[in-house]
Amino acid sequence: MFYLGGFIVGGRLSADSSALCSGSKWHVRLVGRSGGPNVTSRIGSDYPYRSVGLQEMKMLYARQGSESDEKSAMLLKAQADFLESSTSYYAPEWSFPPASGNLRYGTLPREAVCTENITPWLKLLPCQDKAGISTLLDRPSIYRGFYLSQRLHLTLTGSGYEGMDLSIILEKTLTVVLQPNSQRASLVRDSEKHIQPSWSLSSIFGNQVGGKCVLAETSNVYLLLDRDRIFIEESSLLSKNSSVLYKFEVEKYSESEPFDLGLTWKILVVWLCQQAPLHASRFLMGSGNERGAIAISLKSTQTTEGFMGAHSNDERCELRVDVFQVVPWYVKVYFHSLQVFVDQQPKAVSDIIEKIHVSPSKDKVSPGVMELVLKLPCSVSSTALTIEFDKGFLHIDEYPPDANQVFDIPSTIVSFPNFHASMVFLENHSLNKSPLLSKFQEKSHVMSYTEVLLVPLTTPDFSMPYNVITITCTVFALYFGSLLNALRTRVTEEESFLKDKGSIIFIIFIHHPTISEEFWFERKLKGDHNQPPQTKFVMVCCQENWSATSAAVKVVGKDNR
Amino acid sequence: MAETIENSHSDEKPKPRVRPIVRFGIFLVSHSFLVSIVCFTSGVLALFLLPVLAKNTYISENALMPGSASPMLSNQHVSDGNRLVKDLTNSNLKSSETGIESHKIIAQYMLDVGAEVSFHKFHPQMNQFHPLHFFSSPDSGKIQENYSCSSYGINTVGIIRAPRGDGKEAIVLVTPYNALTSSFGEVLSLGIAYSVFSLLTQVTWLAKDIIWLVADSQFGEYAAVSAWLREYQTPKFSSMSALNAEMCPDINNLFEIEVHSMAGSKFSNSFRRAGTMTAALVLKVRDQSEQFDDTISIYAEASNGQMPNLDLINVVNYLAVHRQGLRVNVEKLWSFLNLGWLKSLGEIFESLANIAKSLNPKFKFGIPATEYVEGTAILASSLYYQALGVPTGPHGAFRDYQVDAITLEISPKFSLDKVWRNDIILRGGRLIEGVIRSVNNLLEKFHQSFFLYLLTSPSKFVSVGVYMIAFALLIAPLPMVAASLYVDSNSSSNCSKGDSSTPSAITDTDEHGITIRSWRWLNSAKLVFIVHLWGAIVSVLPYFICQIPDCSPTTSFMIWVLLSILSLLILNSVLASPFACVKASQEKEWALVKSVTISSVFIGLGLMSVINFATAEIGALLMVPMCLLARPLKLDVRAGTFRSCCRIICNLVLGHIAFPPAAFFLLKGMLDGFGSANVGGFWMWVESLWAWNSATYLFIVKATYLSWMSKADARYQRNIFNIHSKKG
Repeated sequence: MFYLGGFIVGGRLSADSSALCSGSKWHVRLVGRSGGPNVTSRIGSDYPYRSVGLQEMKMLYARQGSESDEKSAMLLKAQADFLESSTSYYAPEWSFPPASGNLRYGTLPREAVCTENITPWLKLLPCQDKAGISTLLDRPSIYRGFYLSQRLHLTLTGSGYEGMDLSIILEKTLTVVLQPNSQRASLVRDSEKHIQPSWSLSSIFGNQVGGKCVLAETSNVYLLLDRDRIFIEESSLLSKNSSVLYKFEVEKYSESEPFDLGLTWKILVVWLCQQAPLHASRFLMGSGNERGAIAISLKSTQTTEGFMGAHSNDERCELRVDVFQVVPWYVKVYFHSLQVFVDQQPKAVSDIIEKIHVSPSKDKVSPGVMELVLKLPCSVSSTALTIEFDKGFLHIDEYPPDANQVFDIPSTIVSFPNFHASMVFLENHSLNKSPLLSKFQEKSHVMSYTEVLLVPLTTPDFSMPYNVITITCTVFALYFGSLLNALRTRVTEEESFLKDKGSIIFIIFIHHPTISEEFWFERKLKGDHNQPPQTKFVMVCCQENWSATSAAVKVVGKDNR
Repeated sequence: MAETIENSHSDEKPKPRVRPIVRFGIFLVSHSFLVSIVCFTSGVLALFLLPVLAKNTYISENALMPGSASPMLSNQHVSDGNRLVKDLTNSNLKSSETGIESHKIIAQYMLDVGAEVSFHKFHPQMNQFHPLHFFSSPDSGKIQENYSCSSYGINTVGIIRAPRGDGKEAIVLVTPYNALTSSFGEVLSLGIAYSVFSLLTQVTWLAKDIIWLVADSQFGEYAAVSAWLREYQTPKFSSMSALNAEMCPDINNLFEIEVHSMAGSKFSNSFRRAGTMTAALVLKVRDQSEQFDDTISIYAEASNGQMPNLDLINVVNYLAVHRQGLRVNVEKLWSFLNLGWLKSLGEIFESLANIAKSLNPKFKFGIPATEYVEGTAILASSLYYQALGVPTGPHGAFRDYQVDAITLEISPKFSLDKVWRNDIILRGGRLIEGVIRSVNNLLEKFHQSFFLYLLTSPSKFVSVGVYMIAFALLIAPLPMVAASLYVDSNSSSNCSKGDSSTPSAITDTDEHGITIRSWRWLNSAKLVFIVHLWGAIVSVLPYFICQIPDCSPTTSFMIWVLLSILSLLILNSVLASPFACVKASQEKEWALVKSVTISSVFIGLGLMSVINFATAEIGALLMVPMCLLARPLKLDVRAGTFRSCCRIICNLVLGHIAFPPAAFFLLKGMLDGFGSANVGGFWMWVESLWAWNSATYLFIVKATYLSWMSKADARYQRNIFNIHSKKG
């Protein structure tokens, strides 16, 4: 495997994407469990006013678009447009430590992860996916994986605040977690042979790298092996996670001699990836269209050992957990109803929660946000937070397309400030140059993204407008009919009508070709004009009684043979 | 035209103009007798016409695309399923007394294909009667402390995470399984489910998670499923289950399957979830069958007459008939098939249709008489089960959480030897696979097709727009009769009171008297209200009666009857004044009482039709004629004419038939023979109704005291209607 993202922790990989912009850096990141129709995107800026930030950002997109590819700019722009309305982003106070306060956070939980997202991303590359390492990015195999994260990181350099002499450094990152071609069937059959599947680049991606992209300065493939983890039986769990890194330079290979990296396993390896101390999951409670509750459950991933190596001997060992939850405004959360259960015992909120920051939602203006800092005892095995909400009603034009697909609550971010997801490599002077590796060595919190929730709201029957139009038209017709009626008759006239129960007589002369009265119309329709037209007339008298709606039709005279 | 002019001349003085709609109303009210007869008969006729008017079902949601992909379930998966069947039957021979062994086997099988597995322990929760909980959502239930270890049930839950899905949604497959008795049908259903399950772990098209719930049915299928759903939807975080589990060694053993394999992390004893449920399928295999074909029965009715979306039934029907060659059955009232008059009615309809067809070949609405009879039988059972409000299977538990669910019961045609077993696993599995694949395609929740419908065959339905017509015709006479009675009573009292003065004079002079008279109906309303109150008391009584320990159904019923009569007496003595007051002017007042009653019946039926249409329909069939015919016996006896005698007889017969116990016995006698009916049976029936929180119960119970009234005192015969207005 190439690299497991720092926040791929806990059990299930979350479906999320995020765009983050901190300091003077911009980046938009799409993360998703591959194939899922969910991407969140997080956008922010360190500009003091959020609207300014977003405007600036759009400008940037535009500039970038003129320089490189229209499409990718469109993609980013579309994302920014989605997030432009104030209902979809928020400035968290302390959940993202390095840039807290200046950060804008927004999510698009319904965005689908598909080739639509990666194609423009690839087009920004000088060789696209035609040469170099990017030839490996075969769409089907990428999207077969467990996890996909796309990141654009725009760094502004230069001093000009006017935006005229800014230079931009664009960093692009794609993180994929793949499964070696599944031999699960064979894995199951002979249960004693549990050796993990061997793999090679060609077996995973179905492609080989035939040399580097000509525009590239360097083109390297790194292979990271956790030396200590491989022989898990001998080594202790808590040792430093130093790893061995192998570097392969792609430029040494060519079309005739393509680069293909592979591993063939001889022995069983239990590969433990570093896990977050608690596994976070989230689900909805309750039923019906009126109210419900969100429950966030944190379960310890460690079995018995104290997971906090440094603090394990401490008596009052505490585990700090930050929870950051954004709730769209149509889900009206009652923050007072927050309940905390630790190890299945209800606890007073003040005992567990050290800090809380709540900003209630405003209808159609801003989402509700809850930031919590929990202090849990280290021995905790399960924790649950529940919070109740009412489901709001939306105006008809606020429903998204496919309204019956129900509404998503973006995922909660559970971060563990005491845990860091950085990697430690054995000292090597050549490695430090690589921006990729230095990125890995940066300190960052372990973060878990929970599932996106589906909240069924009451959706109107959208065929209703048709019915309404029909009914309205009928009512209008009736109204105008009677109004015209009333206008057309004068009062004196009406009185005289009343007096003699009078009536207007419509005399309709109908050309009547045959004697048989029944079939004349039918025949006329059929165009049956064979018979010589006999001039016969039917006089129909419509007597309309003004006080009643019905009209009596009476045949007065039949014909005048 | 000459005539009209003549008429207008004869009528010299122009009346004050009356709006046409009002005039029409007055016309209807003044001819209420005729109108009500016409409306009622046409209502009944429309009800019998429903099978003729039924439309063919069609798949409304385009995203479902049933059968567009060829099934992937191969013989290998069938042999997987067979392996499980074999293992389970073998382990049965080993006779593990608790049945935990077989759950372990199932869990191990699930782990082997790479699913996540967890066990869910539950206490069977008896359905409690809560008088006020009829329409509220299911609660999380009380936690009772004193469960013994033996009363645990264990659901085994396997979850496949969709490799490309996002974990937001899930499809549930339920197979009830009782490890203790472990009938072959149940084991076979497990085999079918497992073959599908093992296929689904390998497919790439899965977008929703799959939950396979092996529901422990030793306490009933419904209890297990609803317990699991309760835990899924409304978990209790501060439960005592951890403590309980420690006391029960067996349960703890269960969790020691543990890390046999690399899949160790996939097993946990904590409850696992997977997103919002889109749809649920309950799969059963009938043990013995007398069918000549492989058939599959669909059960859809959930509590309070709620139905799953019609699209779900359509998909199953389409796939079963057109892909797997299975016959699809919907439940029907078998006794209807032999009714001669129904057959002749069908023939009449058929011949009418033929006549219409001969007139114009474009008229094609007739259906053959046999089809008509069968359609009627299915329609009647559809109505009956919806009206009863008791779910027809474990799928009912899902509907309480707005999840569309149906029960599929496969009845194989032959004894289940090896070849047939493989065949049924293959076809059943492919059917399930197809349905899951269709539901998997859904982007939105089920919303396109109907939720309110009655089935007349697996592929024909009557939608709400059609069947409401019959109901509307049935209850249309009520407001008219009420209005005409009210007008009559007012005018008659006018005549008796006022001397020779014309009505217009009264309106001018005696305004005070008019106000008093116009409020006089309050007196009758009070009377009606008291009877309703009594009805409420009687309907709440069973809650207290069922608290008495060790009561046989018969004694409970007796206690109920006694208490009811007692409460009537008390009410009568406490609030006797209205009765006495009424007695004085009884002959004039009865019409007013009747009119108030009828209007309250009308309101009640209208409300009920919104809540549970079928109940309202059947209720209207019984109550409307009674309301229309009812008259004080005394008056009729005094009149002594032939017509009044007929009326008395009708009243008495109707009054007794519609008394629920009597109706129950009659129905039961008609269907099963009179031997099986007894008083206790009625109690059990009622008990089952309230156990399911059926709104029908309210209706039944409140209708109950009609006959006591009629028996106790003929003078109170008119109260029949009052009693009948007691509905939910």
